[in-house]
Amino acid sequence: MIGAQVAGLLSAAEEAETPNPLLPETYDIVWSLVIVVILAFVFLKYALPKIQKVLDERTELVEGGLAKAETAQAEAAAALEEYQHQLQDSRTEAARIREEARAEGAAIVAESRTRAQAEAARIVENAQRQIEAERQQAEVQLRTEVGALATELASKIVGESLEDEARQSRVVERFLDDLEASTAADAGKGN
Amino acid sequence: MPLAADDSGSEFHAPSLADFFPPAVLFEGTPFEINRVMIVRFIATAVLVTIIVIAAKRATLVPGRFQVMIEMVMDFAKKGIAYDVLGKKLGDKYAPVITTILFSVFFLNITGVVPFLNIAGTSVIGLPLIFALWVFALYLVDGVRALGVGGFLKGQLFPPGVPKPVYLVLTPVEFLQAFLLRPATLTIRLFANMMAGHLLLALCFSATSFLFFHAAATLKPLGAVTFVAGFAFYLLEVFVAALQAYVFAILTAVYLQMAVEPEH
Repeated sequence: MIGAQVAGLLSAAEEAETPNPLLPETYDIVWSLVIVVILAFVFLKYALPKIQKVLDERTELVEGGLAKAETAQAEAAAALEEYQHQLQDSRTEAARIREEARAEGAAIVAESRTRAQAEAARIVENAQRQIEAERQQAEVQLRTEVGALATELASKIVGESLEDEARQSRVVERFLDDLEASTAADAGKGN
Repeated sequence: MPLAADDSGSEFHAPSLADFFPPAVLFEGTPFEINRVMIVRFIATAVLVTIIVIAAKRATLVPGRFQVMIEMVMDFAKKGIAYDVLGKKLGDKYAPVITTILFSVFFLNITGVVPFLNIAGTSVIGLPLIFALWVFALYLVDGVRALGVGGFLKGQLFPPGVPKPVYLVLTPVEFLQAFLLRPATLTIRLFANMMAGHLLLALCFSATSFLFFHAAATLKPLGAVTFVAGFAFYLLEVFVAALQAYVFAILTAVYLQMAVEPEH
């Protein structure tokens, strides 16, 4: 359609002595050349290299930034690793210390128990020993006193001529009274 | 202009080839004649140079919105065209040329849809021709430089993998292809597209104007149709301006690749 139109217009152009559009006029070539040279010069010698330089710089910057970020990330990962390692170590250490403390505590308890038992045993022994000593002392004292009393009783019985029963009983009662009195005196002295 | 003879404006003004050869403004008849199309080209060039120089001057490591846009196009020219066609190494070498062509052709195309400019800088054959000749010269010089005269001619004229007698037919075809058709098609594809685009737009809008203001009442509704069509073609032309710049850039890459890479 367009072709037909152009062809029609071409014939119309010939009639009106319009130049053949396929044959360039001299001025057309001249100015076209000027324009293309200007554009080529501005683009190729000035604008494109300058913009390209900025683009390259940007690429470099971005790549540098990425590399830096990567390094930072690696460092962070290493730090985390180390931190976790340390944490693990401290945990182990803490567990060990706790274990030791527990063992030590148990030892201390056991030792105190032994010591208390020994002390108790010692106290009991002392008490028994004291009781024994007091018992022996009482026995000795009793023995001497019974002897003296027996002797006194015997001498009284002998001295009183044991004829009648009434006298006899009197003597015995007197003796018992004496004995009671002396015991009371003794008890008062012992306190 | 047989269809627009009357100056009263009551006649239908069909667009014609005269649009592409407007009267001279300065230096008439000299090789430096300046007409409307040349002025449009100067404006497009000045705008593009201003934009790219500002972009280069203000280029910073942290780009603003404007810089990002420029960089996106540059990135597209480099990765989407140069690397894609030429590979990394050659792509890096030719990316600047391809980027320049992409930007330049696009800006000189887009004037066709810029109000008040209304004509593409590339719709007159001279400019597409110069761009094509630049590519042509580049691939001749760099092809010879890369492969030597013999290697270059052998690669261009004797494609491997065919029986010897076939060269009798193939070699002249390849010769035409390499030394005439590639630059010629590069030129004509761009120029014809932009020219046709202008004719279409001008036709639609002048028809709209005529139908609305000068046609019989019964025909006036048709003006709405042509207006809508004109609007659709306008959008199409915006797309075509970008597409043709892309096509020119990618063919530049393809031709350079064919010239400097030994045939496999």
